[in-house]
Amino acid sequence: MTDAPSILDPKRSFQGLILTLHNYWAAYGCVVLQPYDMEVGAGTFHPATTLRALGPKGWNAAYVQPSRRPKDGRYGENPNRLQHYYQYQVILKPNPPNLQELYLGSLKTIGVDPLLHDIRFVEDDWESPTLGAWGLGWECWCDGMEVSQFTYFQQVCGIECAPVSGELTYGLERLAMYVQGVDSVYDLNFNGREGDEKVTYGDVFLQAEQEYSRHNFEYANTATLLRHFEDAEAECQALLAAGAPQPSDNAPMHKIVFPAYDQCIKASHAFNLLDARGVISPTERARYILRVRNLAKACGEAFLQTEAGGLAA
Amino acid sequence: MPDLLLELRSEEIPARMQRKAAGDLKKAVTDGLVEAGLTYEAAREYWTPRRLTLDIRGVTARSRDVREEIKGPSTSAPEQAVQGFLRKAGLSDIAKAHVHSDPKKGDFYVAHISKPGRAAEEIIAALVPEVIRTFPWPKSMRWGKASAKPGSLRWVRPLQSIVCSFGPETEEPVVVDFEVDGIRSGNVTYGHRFHAPGAITVRRFDDYSAKLEAAKVVVDADRRKEIIRADARNMAFAGGLELVEDDGLLEEVSGLVEWPVVLMGEFEEDFLQIPAEVIRLTIRANQKCFVTKPAISPTRGEINHPPLSNRFVLVSNIEASDGGREIAHGNGKVVRARLSDALYFWKTDQGDVPDLGELKPSAEKFGLNLAKPLDQRMARLDHLNVTFHAKLGTQGERVERIARLAEEIAGVLERQGFHPTPDLRSDPPHRGEGGAPAPPVSSPSMGEVARRAGGGDLAQLARRAAVLAKADLQTEVVGEFPELQGAMGRKYAALQGERASVAAAIEEHYKPQGPSDRVPTDPVSIAVALADKLDTLVGFWAIDEKPTGSKDPFALRRAALGVIRILVENSISLSLLRATMSPTLDLYIKFQKEGSEPLLAAVDTLAARGLATAGYRQEVYDRLVGESGKEAFAEQTPEMAWALAQSLLSFFHDRLKVYLRDQGARHDLIDAVLASGATPISPLEGEMSAPGSGLQPARGQAPSTEGGAVPPTPQSLDKRSTLPPSALPGISPTRGEIGQSPTAEGRKPDRASAGQAAPAEASEQSERSAVSGMNDDLLTIVRRVEALGKFLESEDGRNLLAGTKRAANILAAEEKKGTAIADAVEPSLFREEAEKNLFAAVNQAEKQAGQAIQNEDFSAAMLSLSALREPVDSFFERVLVNDEDAAVRANRLALLSRIRAATGQVADFSKIAG
Repeated sequence: MTDAPSILDPKRSFQGLILTLHNYWAAYGCVVLQPYDMEVGAGTFHPATTLRALGPKGWNAAYVQPSRRPKDGRYGENPNRLQHYYQYQVILKPNPPNLQELYLGSLKTIGVDPLLHDIRFVEDDWESPTLGAWGLGWECWCDGMEVSQFTYFQQVCGIECAPVSGELTYGLERLAMYVQGVDSVYDLNFNGREGDEKVTYGDVFLQAEQEYSRHNFEYANTATLLRHFEDAEAECQALLAAGAPQPSDNAPMHKIVFPAYDQCIKASHAFNLLDARGVISPTERARYILRVRNLAKACGEAFLQTEAGGLAA
Repeated sequence: MPDLLLELRSEEIPARMQRKAAGDLKKAVTDGLVEAGLTYEAAREYWTPRRLTLDIRGVTARSRDVREEIKGPSTSAPEQAVQGFLRKAGLSDIAKAHVHSDPKKGDFYVAHISKPGRAAEEIIAALVPEVIRTFPWPKSMRWGKASAKPGSLRWVRPLQSIVCSFGPETEEPVVVDFEVDGIRSGNVTYGHRFHAPGAITVRRFDDYSAKLEAAKVVVDADRRKEIIRADARNMAFAGGLELVEDDGLLEEVSGLVEWPVVLMGEFEEDFLQIPAEVIRLTIRANQKCFVTKPAISPTRGEINHPPLSNRFVLVSNIEASDGGREIAHGNGKVVRARLSDALYFWKTDQGDVPDLGELKPSAEKFGLNLAKPLDQRMARLDHLNVTFHAKLGTQGERVERIARLAEEIAGVLERQGFHPTPDLRSDPPHRGEGGAPAPPVSSPSMGEVARRAGGGDLAQLARRAAVLAKADLQTEVVGEFPELQGAMGRKYAALQGERASVAAAIEEHYKPQGPSDRVPTDPVSIAVALADKLDTLVGFWAIDEKPTGSKDPFALRRAALGVIRILVENSISLSLLRATMSPTLDLYIKFQKEGSEPLLAAVDTLAARGLATAGYRQEVYDRLVGESGKEAFAEQTPEMAWALAQSLLSFFHDRLKVYLRDQGARHDLIDAVLASGATPISPLEGEMSAPGSGLQPARGQAPSTEGGAVPPTPQSLDKRSTLPPSALPGISPTRGEIGQSPTAEGRKPDRASAGQAAPAEASEQSERSAVSGMNDDLLTIVRRVEALGKFLESEDGRNLLAGTKRAANILAAEEKKGTAIADAVEPSLFREEAEKNLFAAVNQAEKQAGQAIQNEDFSAAMLSLSALREPVDSFFERVLVNDEDAAVRANRLALLSRIRAATGQVADFSKIAG
């Protein structure tokens, strides 16, 4: 039996890396959440980021978010590209003045020594057209490899952020490949054990990557997906209308924002799958993105009319 | 005198913004100091990724006391005027004003104002926060707690601290105390993020830069650049390599580090099969590293070395504890992953596309061979309906237009003696900027090489090159690196065995990219380059996206200059009005189709719902696509096409003026030449019966499918310009009429064989096109300007100019008065010998000059005109124009107008200065 600290060593264990980051950000005071239980393209889509970045209330959270990028599937044949991967997401609202130092501290805890490795903040202004969101920040490089995104949100759902949140997104597989020193994501040690007990990332995900690549590029039923998109869009709009504050209410608040936002997430994922299936032309593409953005904007505006969005009860 | 040290320390500033930001900071602060009445001896700005620093020396310690007098109204002025004066002067009571006396004005008020000087610290403390709040960052942000409230400070990234220290060299400087959004100025900064994170107290620039240097920060960006350049060169040299210099990358990299440490990494040699340019861009764009190439030994003079080596140079920001081994290793890994992608793209582009089965219709449309990879990409570009521009349709439609026009232009080139370059398969696909240097501008031998007899059908080659010209837009490599468009197409074309001139044309059709770029000289490249640029110009003219003022988002001025340079520097005679017709008509047909489709669909829907009768539906169909529609189209389109072509031509004239002026030509001569051709001469009579009717069949389009609705009228068209009934050139793409000028053929022996060329004499009227009467052959204009310039340098030229101007002035004066001028000169009315002589001379000169112009021999035309000088001079000496006999006078005026007309064949002399 390997001793406990070793199997949790982020340099040897993928889950150890995650747990180390959890501990680090929990110690800072973040609520450590679990992944959102829906298919999303990035950790930013989690309502804990998209919606909570809006309004005046403070909010510190950290979580792992499985991220689905149907188009990036490579049937398990590319050692660096996956249609399903993990992002580690931290959102601090408002951003503390020492956010860069906090981030560098987190790298140290997972074994990246800044006097041995070249860590750099390289301009990268982040924008999510589907979420109507943008911010300024950097790609964080470790020896020339982008390992994280660092963003000061300026606008989300088309709404100015007041105050601004700082968002950190770690590419967990890349970071793990780096600290474990492996060249293929599928060779990552997942559980930190050796020999027969060792479970690799490939053991866990290779077959799924192959199957989902087939699904995303070949089998996903486009007619069904198109219908799903339409349905989700209609449902989102209907829920937002139904939950809208009424003048007759005692305290006029929006009553159904999170469920409506779920429908926006669904529409977005249906669009991503349709895009991967190659049935969306460039002009249509821009139109679909606009439709999702309109949903996100409406959800964001509704969120501001809730307690979590800062409306006094 | 005191010095000022200012440092604004922030989180990492984007590299591309640093230099300008530091300059902006210097300007804003020094301007502010001067405006507040201070002076300074010197100022210099510095920057790193984390700080903007300003070192200002010799600032005056105080601004001077200012005394000024403000004059007011007379002491007897009404109360209102006095009150106004008090407000203006800032006085509370008129008693505080002085009374001055003036012998003329009497007594009046004067306010004596004295403003005491302010201490420099006070001025700086007010100035710097203002500069920070209004700093012109291209993109800025809010951050932290303060951003909860509106109006919080914006900076490029969070601003962390401010050093502001002021004092003379001999004394302890003071901190100029101020606060900006919670950040208090001080004298503390921080060194390298990892090597020296502790606080550093600074006094003035000298100890500041020394202490930072000790804390592993080189604050001078140009020194960082020098360190990187020298170390990179040395490191490459030590490895038997040569650094591939890249100033843009050097600038960027120097803005990513405070303490540059140069290291070398490597990748597998196998990747060197990827084109060097792709490797360089991959490593540069993604990794910001330099590539190296094997050093050429001066003694052995190796030629066959690979263009790049497998070693690259990276710049890190730390002196790593292991000497940089891990860093180089890590970077190598990323470079390898990127090159794997690039290799995959390069290989993929040489294989079949996945949707090959669906490409047949597109392949047939363009005559593509689907066994070839680049052909497949073009078919795919068409098949996918990739948009070129929302209003101008797809890339496929555009390529169709360009291919047709390239073929037409190739026909013109062929008749001017251009032939395809013989295909030497050994021709290495050389890059545009490498290889032989471009021949000097206006060298007489230009184009001669290309004009040597070769093999093959130029038009066919031009079509092939045009059809493949945009195919690389569908390749993976160009998808990744758009700046390689053209260059990649050329490589892939060479790989699939295209002729060297076809492959070269794919790259060169984008040329010239600017005033100093090389102009293509191979006729295939010329044809496609002209077709591409003319199509672009016509397209954006048709949708009214002409350049205005400083705005030229589609680089149309550059395209026009490219056309001008290609024509003039290769001595090509091309009728622009004719050349722009086929893309223009193609676009109008397209607009028309698209314009009528929704209407037809709408009336179908209405009819289906019973809201429109079947009869009405039929009527709409008739009007849009039936006979009456066709008629409307035939009536409207030529007018619009003509107006567009004219508008575009005048744009070309403007650009030609700019071009010639840059070449040193006299502006007034250009105007004179352009003005002389403005009267359309009767053109092409009989070549086409009616302007519209000749068009559609020639386009090879079935009129019934064209629809007949009025096409959406592009706003760009100048409605006032009307179509001369017979001026529309006969457009016959199949016959290739766009290069006229039979006389040009006469000049060139091998052109005489071209079947189209009619003998010059016989076809004077029909072949000398209307369009050349419109000055639409730029080469001719240039030749005329040259000849005119030379002529005017001669004694004869100057005298004739004076005589012609005198004649023109007299005529203008009489025309203004309404004096009768005879329509034609009547020899029986001559009274003086000088009149007779002049008339004979004018007849002779006009005829000879006209002939010479037909032959495009403008020097000869000038020579003929110079014979007018003596008779004109003696006419003005001996003859009084204003004879008492009205008939004689009218006749003499008619004679003068003949002088004007004769010289006017060459140039409008009234526009010439002097």
